[in-house]
Amino acid sequence: MSAIVQFENVGLRYGLDSETLSDVSFSLANGGFYFLTGASGAGKTSLLKLLYLAQRPSRGVIRLFGEDVVTLPRDRLPGFRRRIGVVFQDFRLVPHLSAYDNIALPLRVAGMEESAIDAPVSEMLNWVGLGDRGEARPATLSGGEQQRVAIARAVIGRPEILVADEPTGNVDSDMARRLMTLFEALNRLGTTIVVATHDLPLIAQVKGAQMMKLDKGRLADPTGTLRYPPRSQDRQ
Amino acid sequence: MASRANRKAAVAARNRLLPEGRVAGPMPWIIAIMMFLTVLSAAAGLGLSTAVRSMSADLAGRASVQVVEADAPARDRLAARTLQALRQTPGVRAADPVDPAALADQLRPWLGDAASSGDLPVPALIDVMLTPGDTDAKVDRLRRQLAGLSPKLRIEPHAAFLLPLAGLLTALGWLAAGVVLLMVLATGAVVVLAARGAHDSHRGTIDVLHLMGSTDVQIARLFQRRIGLDAFLGSALGFAFALLVIILIGLRLSAMGSDLLGAVGLDTRSWVILALLPILGVLLATLTARWTVLRALGRSL
Repeated sequence: MSAIVQFENVGLRYGLDSETLSDVSFSLANGGFYFLTGASGAGKTSLLKLLYLAQRPSRGVIRLFGEDVVTLPRDRLPGFRRRIGVVFQDFRLVPHLSAYDNIALPLRVAGMEESAIDAPVSEMLNWVGLGDRGEARPATLSGGEQQRVAIARAVIGRPEILVADEPTGNVDSDMARRLMTLFEALNRLGTTIVVATHDLPLIAQVKGAQMMKLDKGRLADPTGTLRYPPRSQDRQ
Repeated sequence: MASRANRKAAVAARNRLLPEGRVAGPMPWIIAIMMFLTVLSAAAGLGLSTAVRSMSADLAGRASVQVVEADAPARDRLAARTLQALRQTPGVRAADPVDPAALADQLRPWLGDAASSGDLPVPALIDVMLTPGDTDAKVDRLRRQLAGLSPKLRIEPHAAFLLPLAGLLTALGWLAAGVVLLMVLATGAVVVLAARGAHDSHRGTIDVLHLMGSTDVQIARLFQRRIGLDAFLGSALGFAFALLVIILIGLRLSAMGSDLLGAVGLDTRSWVILALLPILGVLLATLTARWTVLRALGRSL
Protein backbone atom coordinates (compact mmCIF):
# COMPACT_ATOMS: atom_id res chain seq x y z
CA MET A 1 0.00 0.00 0.00
CA SER A 2 1.46 3.39 -1.02
CA ALA A 3 2.15 6.20 1.41
CA ILE A 4 -0.39 9.02 1.21
CA VAL A 5 1.53 11.25 3.65
CA GLN A 6 5.28 11.42 4.12
CA PHE A 7 7.14 13.71 6.54
CA GLU A 8 10.94 13.79 6.30
CA ASN A 9 12.94 15.65 8.96
CA VAL A 10 10.22 18.26 9.24
CA GLY A 11 10.80 21.23 11.53
CA LEU A 12 8.40 24.04 12.32
CA ARG A 13 9.32 27.28 14.00
CA TYR A 14 7.00 30.22 14.70
CA GLY A 15 8.97 33.45 14.36
CA LEU A 16 12.17 33.42 16.38
CA ASP A 17 10.95 30.92 18.99
CA SER A 18 12.52 27.52 19.37
CA GLU A 19 11.18 24.80 17.08
CA THR A 20 7.64 23.63 17.82
CA LEU A 21 8.29 20.51 15.78
CA SER A 22 11.76 19.03 15.27
CA ASP A 23 12.97 16.31 12.95
CA VAL A 24 9.55 14.77 12.52
CA SER A 25 9.64 11.87 10.08
CA PHE A 26 6.84 9.41 9.45
CA SER A 27 4.82 7.92 6.70
CA LEU A 28 1.07 7.21 6.63
CA ALA A 29 -0.29 4.44 4.47
CA ASN A 30 -3.18 5.18 2.16
CA GLY A 31 -6.32 3.94 3.93
CA GLY A 32 -4.76 3.79 7.39
CA PHE A 33 -6.31 4.92 10.68
CA TYR A 34 -3.96 6.88 12.89
CA PHE A 35 -4.18 8.49 16.29
CA LEU A 36 -1.85 11.28 17.30
CA THR A 37 -1.36 11.67 21.02
CA GLY A 38 0.82 13.69 23.29
CA ALA A 39 0.57 16.12 26.17
CA SER A 40 -0.83 19.61 25.70
CA GLY A 41 1.74 21.75 23.89
CA ALA A 42 3.51 18.72 22.45
CA GLY A 43 2.84 20.03 18.91
CA LYS A 44 -0.16 17.93 17.84
CA THR A 45 -2.13 20.86 16.43
CA SER A 46 0.99 22.22 14.68
CA LEU A 47 1.59 18.85 13.05
CA LEU A 48 -2.04 18.69 11.93
CA LYS A 49 -1.76 22.22 10.49
CA LEU A 50 1.11 21.04 8.33
CA LEU A 51 -0.99 18.08 7.32
CA TYR A 52 -4.03 20.10 6.24
CA LEU A 53 -1.85 22.74 4.54
CA ALA A 54 -2.57 25.66 6.86
CA GLN A 55 1.15 26.08 7.41
CA ARG A 56 4.38 25.39 5.57
CA PRO A 57 7.25 23.83 7.53
CA SER A 58 10.44 25.75 8.30
CA ARG A 59 12.46 22.82 7.01
CA GLY A 60 12.11 19.29 5.79
CA VAL A 61 9.95 17.68 3.14
CA ILE A 62 6.23 16.91 3.24
CA ARG A 63 4.67 14.79 0.52
CA LEU A 64 0.91 14.53 0.19
CA PHE A 65 -0.64 12.28 -2.43
CA GLY A 66 2.86 11.72 -3.75
CA GLU A 67 3.71 15.42 -4.33
CA ASP A 68 6.03 17.70 -2.41
CA VAL A 69 3.66 20.30 -0.93
CA VAL A 70 6.41 22.41 0.66
CA THR A 71 7.44 23.84 -2.68
CA LEU A 72 4.01 23.60 -4.26
CA PRO A 73 2.86 26.90 -5.84
CA ARG A 74 0.05 28.65 -3.93
CA ASP A 75 -2.42 28.30 -6.77
CA ARG A 76 -2.21 24.51 -6.60
CA LEU A 77 -2.96 24.32 -2.87
CA PRO A 78 -6.80 24.57 -3.19
CA GLY A 79 -6.87 21.38 -5.24
CA PHE A 80 -4.98 19.54 -2.48
CA ARG A 81 -7.07 21.07 0.29
CA ARG A 82 -10.30 19.83 -1.32
CA ARG A 83 -8.98 16.29 -0.86
CA ILE A 84 -8.54 16.82 2.88
CA GLY A 85 -11.35 17.10 5.44
CA VAL A 86 -10.60 18.91 8.67
CA VAL A 87 -12.32 18.95 12.06
CA PHE A 88 -10.84 21.91 13.88
CA GLN A 89 -10.36 21.91 17.61
CA ASP A 90 -12.27 25.21 17.83
CA PHE A 91 -14.80 24.04 15.17
CA ARG A 92 -14.36 27.17 13.04
CA LEU A 93 -17.96 27.22 11.92
CA VAL A 94 -18.89 30.27 9.86
CA PRO A 95 -21.00 32.22 12.37
CA HIS A 96 -23.50 33.82 10.00
CA LEU A 97 -24.26 30.58 8.15
CA SER A 98 -26.82 28.02 9.29
CA ALA A 99 -25.75 24.50 10.28
CA TYR A 100 -27.02 23.36 6.86
CA ASP A 101 -24.94 25.96 4.97
CA ASN A 102 -21.86 25.23 7.08
CA ILE A 103 -22.07 21.55 6.22
CA ALA A 104 -22.71 22.36 2.54
CA LEU A 105 -19.65 24.62 2.40
CA PRO A 106 -17.09 22.12 1.02
CA LEU A 107 -19.54 20.99 -1.67
CA ARG A 108 -20.23 24.57 -2.75
CA VAL A 109 -16.54 25.44 -2.72
CA ALA A 110 -15.95 22.43 -4.96
CA GLY A 111 -18.59 23.80 -7.35
CA MET A 112 -21.22 21.07 -6.86
CA GLU A 113 -24.62 21.78 -8.45
CA GLU A 114 -27.04 23.24 -5.91
CA SER A 115 -29.65 20.60 -6.73
CA ALA A 116 -27.16 17.85 -5.80
CA ILE A 117 -26.30 19.38 -2.44
CA ASP A 118 -29.52 18.98 -0.49
CA ALA A 119 -29.62 15.17 -0.25
CA PRO A 120 -26.13 14.60 1.18
CA VAL A 121 -26.36 17.58 3.53
CA SER A 122 -29.74 16.51 4.89
CA GLU A 123 -28.48 12.95 5.30
CA MET A 124 -25.41 14.18 7.14
CA LEU A 125 -27.51 16.44 9.39
CA ASN A 126 -29.69 13.47 10.29
CA TRP A 127 -26.70 11.29 10.88
CA VAL A 128 -25.16 13.68 13.42
CA GLY A 129 -28.57 14.01 15.08
CA LEU A 130 -29.24 17.57 13.97
CA GLY A 131 -31.92 16.89 11.36
CA ASP A 132 -34.27 19.42 12.92
CA ARG A 133 -31.61 22.06 13.52
CA GLY A 134 -30.45 22.69 9.98
CA GLU A 135 -31.46 26.35 10.03
CA ALA A 136 -29.85 27.06 13.41
CA ARG A 137 -26.88 29.41 13.51
CA PRO A 138 -23.77 28.16 15.34
CA ALA A 139 -24.28 30.66 18.18
CA THR A 140 -27.58 28.96 19.05
CA LEU A 141 -26.05 25.46 19.10
CA SER A 142 -24.41 23.85 22.11
CA GLY A 143 -20.69 23.03 22.05
CA GLY A 144 -21.44 19.39 21.26
CA GLU A 145 -23.85 20.31 18.47
CA GLN A 146 -21.30 22.68 16.96
CA GLN A 147 -18.71 19.92 17.03
CA ARG A 148 -21.09 17.58 15.24
CA VAL A 149 -21.68 20.19 12.55
CA ALA A 150 -17.90 20.61 12.22
CA ILE A 151 -17.48 16.84 11.81
CA ALA A 152 -20.30 16.63 9.29
CA ARG A 153 -18.68 19.46 7.31
CA ALA A 154 -15.33 17.69 7.34
CA VAL A 155 -16.62 14.36 6.07
CA ILE A 156 -19.34 15.41 3.62
CA GLY A 157 -16.95 15.78 0.70
CA ARG A 158 -15.69 12.20 1.14
CA PRO A 159 -12.10 13.42 1.61
CA GLU A 160 -9.13 11.18 0.92
CA ILE A 161 -7.60 12.25 4.23
CA LEU A 162 -9.64 13.24 7.28
CA VAL A 163 -7.77 15.21 9.93
CA ALA A 164 -9.53 15.70 13.27
CA ASP A 165 -8.19 17.71 16.16
CA GLU A 166 -9.78 16.49 19.41
CA PRO A 167 -13.08 15.65 17.66
CA THR A 168 -14.73 14.14 20.71
CA GLY A 169 -13.73 16.80 23.20
CA ASN A 170 -17.22 18.27 23.53
CA VAL A 171 -19.51 15.31 22.92
CA ASP A 172 -20.84 12.68 25.29
CA SER A 173 -19.48 9.14 25.24
CA ASP A 174 -22.38 7.85 23.17
CA MET A 175 -21.83 10.50 20.47
CA ALA A 176 -18.06 9.87 20.68
CA ARG A 177 -18.69 6.19 19.90
CA ARG A 178 -20.98 7.10 17.00
CA LEU A 179 -18.37 9.50 15.62
CA MET A 180 -15.70 6.84 15.78
CA THR A 181 -18.07 4.47 14.01
CA LEU A 182 -18.48 7.07 11.26
CA PHE A 183 -14.72 7.54 11.02
CA GLU A 184 -14.27 3.76 10.79
CA ALA A 185 -16.93 3.58 8.07
CA LEU A 186 -15.14 6.30 6.14
CA ASN A 187 -11.87 4.49 6.71
CA ARG A 188 -13.36 1.32 5.29
CA LEU A 189 -14.33 3.34 2.19
CA GLY A 190 -10.65 4.22 1.79
CA THR A 191 -10.28 7.52 3.65
CA THR A 192 -7.07 7.86 5.63
CA ILE A 193 -7.97 9.07 9.12
CA VAL A 194 -5.70 11.06 11.43
CA VAL A 195 -7.19 11.91 14.83
CA ALA A 196 -5.39 13.93 17.49
CA THR A 197 -6.74 13.05 20.92
CA HIS A 198 -5.95 12.59 24.60
CA ASP A 199 -8.73 10.06 24.91
CA LEU A 200 -6.95 6.69 25.37
CA PRO A 201 -10.17 4.61 25.69
CA LEU A 202 -11.21 6.07 22.36
CA ILE A 203 -7.95 4.88 20.81
CA ALA A 204 -8.50 1.42 22.22
CA GLN A 205 -11.97 1.36 20.67
CA VAL A 206 -10.66 1.40 17.10
CA LYS A 207 -9.14 -1.95 16.37
CA GLY A 208 -6.11 -1.95 14.11
CA ALA A 209 -5.50 1.80 14.38
CA GLN A 210 -1.96 3.00 14.81
CA MET A 211 -0.72 5.59 17.22
CA MET A 212 1.91 8.29 17.01
CA LYS A 213 3.01 10.08 20.13
CA LEU A 214 4.48 13.54 20.14
CA ASP A 215 6.70 14.67 23.01
CA LYS A 216 7.97 18.25 23.02
CA GLY A 217 7.75 18.56 19.27
CA ARG A 218 9.43 15.25 18.48
CA LEU A 219 7.92 11.92 17.66
CA ALA A 220 8.56 9.82 20.78
CA ASP A 221 10.39 6.63 19.91
CA PRO A 222 10.07 7.14 16.14
CA THR A 223 10.85 3.52 15.46
CA GLY A 224 8.21 2.12 17.80
CA THR A 225 5.41 4.68 17.59
CA LEU A 226 3.30 2.74 15.17
CA ARG A 227 1.96 0.48 17.82
CA TYR A 228 -0.37 -1.59 15.71
CA PRO A 229 0.19 -3.03 12.28
CA PRO A 230 -1.39 -0.82 9.58
CA ARG A 231 -4.89 -1.81 8.54
CA SER A 232 -3.69 -1.87 4.95
CA GLN A 233 -1.16 -4.53 5.90
CA ASP A 234 -3.89 -6.48 7.77
CA ARG A 235 -5.78 -6.67 4.53
CA GLN A 236 -2.84 -7.90 2.52
CA MET B 1 -36.05 26.68 -16.17
CA ALA B 2 -34.80 24.27 -13.56
CA SER B 3 -31.22 25.06 -14.44
CA ARG B 4 -31.87 28.80 -14.13
CA ALA B 5 -33.44 28.25 -10.70
CA ASN B 6 -30.47 26.11 -9.82
CA ARG B 7 -28.07 28.82 -10.92
CA LYS B 8 -29.96 31.44 -8.92
CA ALA B 9 -29.89 29.19 -5.88
CA ALA B 10 -26.14 28.64 -6.35
CA VAL B 11 -25.51 32.39 -6.63
CA ALA B 12 -27.66 33.09 -3.57
CA ALA B 13 -25.82 30.41 -1.60
CA ARG B 14 -22.45 31.76 -2.68
CA ASN B 15 -23.47 35.29 -1.75
CA ARG B 16 -24.43 34.11 1.73
CA LEU B 17 -20.78 33.25 2.41
CA LEU B 18 -20.26 36.84 3.51
CA PRO B 19 -22.71 38.30 6.03
CA GLU B 20 -25.75 40.08 4.60
CA GLY B 21 -25.64 43.84 4.32
CA ARG B 22 -22.88 46.19 3.41
CA VAL B 23 -19.33 45.06 3.95
CA ALA B 24 -17.65 48.41 4.22
CA GLY B 25 -19.72 50.64 6.54
CA PRO B 26 -20.16 54.16 5.20
CA MET B 27 -18.59 53.44 1.81
CA PRO B 28 -21.77 54.06 -0.25
CA TRP B 29 -22.08 57.53 1.30
CA ILE B 30 -18.42 58.34 0.63
CA ILE B 31 -18.75 57.11 -2.96
CA ALA B 32 -21.94 59.20 -3.31
CA ILE B 33 -20.09 62.36 -2.20
CA MET B 34 -17.13 61.55 -4.47
CA MET B 35 -19.42 60.90 -7.44
CA PHE B 36 -21.39 64.11 -6.75
CA LEU B 37 -18.19 66.19 -6.79
CA THR B 38 -16.74 64.28 -9.76
CA VAL B 39 -19.84 64.81 -11.90
CA LEU B 40 -19.99 68.51 -10.97
CA SER B 41 -16.28 68.98 -11.76
CA ALA B 42 -16.61 67.10 -15.02
CA ALA B 43 -19.71 69.11 -15.96
CA ALA B 44 -17.85 72.36 -15.21
CA GLY B 45 -14.88 71.25 -17.31
CA LEU B 46 -17.06 70.10 -20.21
CA GLY B 47 -19.24 73.24 -20.02
CA LEU B 48 -16.22 75.54 -20.09
CA SER B 49 -14.70 73.59 -22.94
CA THR B 50 -17.96 74.02 -24.91
CA ALA B 51 -17.90 77.75 -24.12
CA VAL B 52 -14.30 78.12 -25.31
CA ARG B 53 -15.06 76.22 -28.51
CA SER B 54 -18.16 78.27 -29.19
CA MET B 55 -16.35 81.54 -28.42
CA SER B 56 -13.42 80.61 -30.66
CA ALA B 57 -15.79 79.76 -33.49
CA ASP B 58 -17.61 83.07 -33.05
CA LEU B 59 -14.50 85.22 -32.85
CA ALA B 60 -12.24 83.57 -35.39
CA GLY B 61 -12.01 85.72 -38.53
CA ARG B 62 -13.73 88.76 -37.07
CA ALA B 63 -12.33 92.26 -36.45
CA SER B 64 -13.51 95.78 -35.64
CA VAL B 65 -12.40 98.90 -37.44
CA GLN B 66 -12.59 102.08 -35.34
CA VAL B 67 -12.92 105.48 -36.98
CA VAL B 68 -11.40 107.80 -34.40
CA GLU B 69 -12.46 111.26 -35.58
CA ALA B 70 -13.79 113.91 -33.20
CA ASP B 71 -15.72 115.84 -35.87
CA ALA B 72 -18.97 113.96 -36.47
CA PRO B 73 -19.54 114.85 -40.18
CA ALA B 74 -15.89 114.07 -41.00
CA ARG B 75 -16.21 110.79 -39.03
CA ASP B 76 -19.28 109.79 -41.03
CA ARG B 77 -17.53 110.57 -44.34
CA LEU B 78 -14.40 108.67 -43.35
CA ALA B 79 -16.51 105.73 -42.13
CA ALA B 80 -18.35 105.57 -45.46
CA ARG B 81 -15.09 105.64 -47.41
CA THR B 82 -13.57 103.01 -45.21
CA LEU B 83 -16.62 100.79 -45.53
CA GLN B 84 -16.48 101.03 -49.30
CA ALA B 85 -12.75 100.24 -49.34
CA LEU B 86 -13.18 97.28 -47.02
CA ARG B 87 -15.95 95.76 -49.10
CA GLN B 88 -13.65 95.83 -52.14
CA THR B 89 -10.72 94.30 -50.31
CA PRO B 90 -9.90 90.63 -51.08
CA GLY B 91 -10.17 88.45 -47.98
CA VAL B 92 -13.06 90.46 -46.49
CA ARG B 93 -16.26 88.47 -46.59
CA ALA B 94 -18.46 91.21 -45.13
CA ALA B 95 -18.13 94.67 -43.62
CA ASP B 96 -21.05 96.27 -41.77
CA PRO B 97 -21.26 99.51 -39.81
CA VAL B 98 -22.28 99.11 -36.17
CA ASP B 99 -25.50 100.98 -35.54
CA PRO B 100 -24.56 104.15 -33.55
CA ALA B 101 -27.74 103.80 -31.50
CA ALA B 102 -26.80 100.21 -30.50
CA LEU B 103 -23.29 101.40 -29.65
CA ALA B 104 -24.70 104.21 -27.51
CA ASP B 105 -26.91 101.68 -25.70
CA GLN B 106 -23.87 99.56 -24.87
CA LEU B 107 -21.94 102.58 -23.61
CA ARG B 108 -24.80 104.04 -21.60
CA PRO B 109 -24.05 102.10 -18.38
CA TRP B 110 -20.62 103.78 -18.27
CA LEU B 111 -21.22 107.16 -19.99
CA GLY B 112 -24.87 107.80 -19.24
CA ASP B 113 -26.95 109.86 -21.69
CA ALA B 114 -23.80 111.64 -22.86
CA ALA B 115 -23.10 108.56 -24.99
CA SER B 116 -25.92 109.49 -27.40
CA SER B 117 -25.90 113.26 -27.01
CA GLY B 118 -23.14 113.79 -29.59
CA ASP B 119 -21.12 115.82 -27.10
CA LEU B 120 -18.71 112.95 -26.63
CA PRO B 121 -16.63 111.97 -29.67
CA VAL B 122 -17.51 108.24 -29.74
CA PRO B 123 -15.64 106.45 -32.58
CA ALA B 124 -17.64 104.90 -35.39
CA LEU B 125 -17.27 101.10 -35.59
CA ILE B 126 -17.27 98.78 -38.57
CA ASP B 127 -17.68 95.06 -38.02
CA VAL B 128 -15.48 93.11 -40.43
CA MET B 129 -15.84 89.41 -41.20
CA LEU B 130 -12.87 87.84 -42.96
CA THR B 131 -12.79 84.80 -45.20
CA PRO B 132 -11.66 81.66 -43.35
CA GLY B 133 -7.97 80.97 -42.67
CA ASP B 134 -4.82 82.97 -41.94
CA THR B 135 -6.63 85.67 -39.95
CA ASP B 136 -3.47 87.31 -38.56
CA ALA B 137 -1.95 87.93 -42.00
CA LYS B 138 -5.23 89.32 -43.32
CA VAL B 139 -5.57 91.68 -40.35
CA ASP B 140 -1.98 92.88 -40.89
CA ARG B 141 -2.71 93.55 -44.55
CA LEU B 142 -5.87 95.45 -43.65
CA ARG B 143 -3.98 97.44 -41.01
CA ARG B 144 -1.47 98.60 -43.64
CA GLN B 145 -4.23 99.36 -46.13
CA LEU B 146 -6.25 101.40 -43.59
CA ALA B 147 -3.15 103.30 -42.48
CA GLY B 148 -2.74 104.41 -46.13
CA LEU B 149 -6.38 105.53 -46.17
CA SER B 150 -6.26 107.58 -42.96
CA PRO B 151 -4.20 107.68 -39.78
CA LYS B 152 -7.49 107.87 -37.83
CA LEU B 153 -8.41 104.27 -38.57
CA ARG B 154 -7.59 101.40 -36.26
CA ILE B 155 -8.28 97.69 -36.62
CA GLU B 156 -8.49 95.13 -33.77
CA PRO B 157 -9.13 91.40 -34.27
CA HIS B 158 -11.89 90.21 -31.87
CA ALA B 159 -9.86 87.21 -30.78
CA ALA B 160 -7.32 89.61 -29.24
CA PHE B 161 -10.00 91.09 -26.91
CA LEU B 162 -11.09 87.75 -25.55
CA LEU B 163 -7.81 85.86 -25.67
CA PRO B 164 -7.14 86.25 -21.90
CA LEU B 165 -10.71 85.15 -21.09
CA ALA B 166 -10.46 82.13 -23.38
CA GLY B 167 -7.13 81.30 -21.71
CA LEU B 168 -8.74 81.57 -18.27
CA LEU B 169 -11.67 79.37 -19.30
CA THR B 170 -9.27 76.78 -20.77
CA ALA B 171 -7.23 76.81 -17.55
CA LEU B 172 -10.42 76.37 -15.49
CA GLY B 173 -11.38 73.47 -17.77
CA TRP B 174 -8.03 71.78 -17.12
CA LEU B 175 -8.41 72.46 -13.41
CA ALA B 176 -11.79 70.70 -13.50
CA ALA B 177 -10.20 67.75 -15.32
CA GLY B 178 -7.49 67.65 -12.63
CA VAL B 179 -10.16 67.61 -9.91
CA VAL B 180 -11.90 64.70 -11.69
CA LEU B 181 -8.60 62.81 -11.79
CA LEU B 182 -7.99 63.46 -8.09
CA MET B 183 -11.52 62.27 -7.31
CA VAL B 184 -10.88 59.05 -9.24
CA LEU B 185 -7.67 58.49 -7.26
CA ALA B 186 -9.40 59.29 -3.97
CA THR B 187 -12.27 56.93 -4.82
CA GLY B 188 -9.75 54.20 -5.61
CA ALA B 189 -8.02 54.83 -2.27
CA VAL B 190 -11.33 54.69 -0.39
CA VAL B 191 -12.17 51.38 -2.03
CA VAL B 192 -8.72 49.98 -1.21
CA LEU B 193 -9.19 50.91 2.47
CA ALA B 194 -12.74 49.56 2.52
CA ALA B 195 -11.71 46.28 0.85
CA ARG B 196 -8.80 45.86 3.25
CA GLY B 197 -11.09 46.53 6.21
CA ALA B 198 -13.68 44.09 4.90
CA HIS B 199 -10.98 41.49 4.30
CA ASP B 200 -9.62 41.90 7.83
CA SER B 201 -13.02 41.76 9.49
CA HIS B 202 -13.93 38.55 7.66
CA ARG B 203 -10.55 36.93 8.12
CA GLY B 204 -12.03 33.97 10.05
CA THR B 205 -14.48 33.11 7.28
CA ILE B 206 -11.78 33.56 4.64
CA ASP B 207 -9.42 31.19 6.48
CA VAL B 208 -12.12 28.53 6.66
CA LEU B 209 -12.96 28.96 2.98
CA HIS B 210 -9.27 28.71 2.10
CA LEU B 211 -8.85 25.52 4.10
CA MET B 212 -11.94 24.04 2.40
CA GLY B 213 -10.14 24.60 -0.92
CA SER B 214 -11.53 27.96 -2.07
CA THR B 215 -9.34 29.70 -4.60
CA ASP B 216 -8.32 33.34 -4.20
CA VAL B 217 -10.51 34.28 -7.15
CA GLN B 218 -13.57 32.62 -5.57
CA ILE B 219 -13.04 34.63 -2.38
CA ALA B 220 -12.21 37.90 -4.18
CA ARG B 221 -15.42 37.53 -6.19
CA LEU B 222 -17.47 37.69 -2.96
CA PHE B 223 -15.88 40.99 -1.96
CA GLN B 224 -15.91 42.58 -5.40
CA ARG B 225 -19.62 41.86 -5.74
CA ARG B 226 -20.46 43.42 -2.37
CA ILE B 227 -18.26 46.45 -2.89
CA GLY B 228 -19.56 46.79 -6.45
CA LEU B 229 -23.11 46.92 -5.06
CA ASP B 230 -22.11 49.55 -2.50
CA ALA B 231 -20.41 51.56 -5.25
CA PHE B 232 -23.49 51.25 -7.46
CA LEU B 233 -25.71 52.58 -4.68
CA GLY B 234 -23.34 55.47 -3.91
CA SER B 235 -22.71 56.33 -7.56
CA ALA B 236 -26.42 56.40 -8.40
CA LEU B 237 -27.15 58.65 -5.43
CA GLY B 238 -24.23 61.02 -6.13
CA PHE B 239 -25.05 61.18 -9.84
CA ALA B 240 -28.72 61.92 -9.21
CA PHE B 241 -27.92 64.83 -6.89
CA ALA B 242 -25.25 66.19 -9.24
CA LEU B 243 -27.72 66.01 -12.15
CA LEU B 244 -30.23 68.01 -10.14
CA VAL B 245 -27.63 70.68 -9.35
CA ILE B 246 -26.47 70.86 -13.00
CA ILE B 247 -30.04 71.32 -14.22
CA LEU B 248 -30.69 74.06 -11.64
CA ILE B 249 -27.46 75.89 -12.57
CA GLY B 250 -28.32 75.54 -16.27
CA LEU B 251 -31.73 77.13 -15.67
CA ARG B 252 -30.11 80.01 -13.75
CA LEU B 253 -27.54 80.60 -16.52
CA SER B 254 -30.24 80.64 -19.18
CA ALA B 255 -32.31 83.08 -17.15
CA MET B 256 -29.37 85.54 -16.95
CA GLY B 257 -29.48 86.08 -20.74
CA SER B 258 -25.72 86.66 -20.94
CA ASP B 259 -24.04 85.68 -24.22
CA LEU B 260 -20.87 84.64 -22.41
CA LEU B 261 -22.57 82.59 -19.68
CA GLY B 262 -25.07 81.27 -22.18
CA ALA B 263 -22.18 79.71 -24.08
CA VAL B 264 -21.40 77.55 -21.01
CA GLY B 265 -23.55 74.57 -21.91
CA LEU B 266 -23.45 70.79 -22.23
CA ASP B 267 -23.80 69.21 -25.64
CA THR B 268 -24.82 65.59 -26.30
CA ARG B 269 -21.22 64.36 -26.12
CA SER B 270 -20.83 65.97 -22.69
CA TRP B 271 -24.04 64.37 -21.38
CA VAL B 272 -22.84 60.96 -22.61
CA ILE B 273 -19.52 61.47 -20.80
CA LEU B 274 -21.33 62.48 -17.59
CA ALA B 275 -23.64 59.46 -17.83
CA LEU B 276 -20.62 57.18 -18.17
CA LEU B 277 -19.07 58.47 -14.94
CA PRO B 278 -21.20 56.40 -12.50
CA ILE B 279 -20.68 53.30 -14.63
CA LEU B 280 -16.94 53.88 -14.62
CA GLY B 281 -17.12 54.53 -10.86
CA VAL B 282 -18.73 51.13 -10.23
CA LEU B 283 -16.23 49.46 -12.54
CA LEU B 284 -13.33 51.20 -10.81
CA ALA B 285 -14.60 50.18 -7.35
CA THR B 286 -15.20 46.57 -8.40
CA LEU B 287 -11.82 46.11 -10.03
CA THR B 288 -10.00 47.90 -7.20
CA ALA B 289 -11.74 45.69 -4.63
CA ARG B 290 -10.80 42.57 -6.57
CA TRP B 291 -7.17 43.68 -6.91
CA THR B 292 -6.93 44.64 -3.21
CA VAL B 293 -8.43 41.39 -1.94
CA LEU B 294 -6.33 39.27 -4.30
CA ARG B 295 -3.20 41.05 -3.09
CA ALA B 296 -4.17 40.56 0.55
CA LEU B 297 -4.95 36.87 -0.04
CA GLY B 298 -1.65 36.46 -1.85
CA ARG B 299 0.16 37.26 1.39
CA SER B 300 -1.42 34.27 3.15
CA LEU B 301 -0.76 30.61 2.43
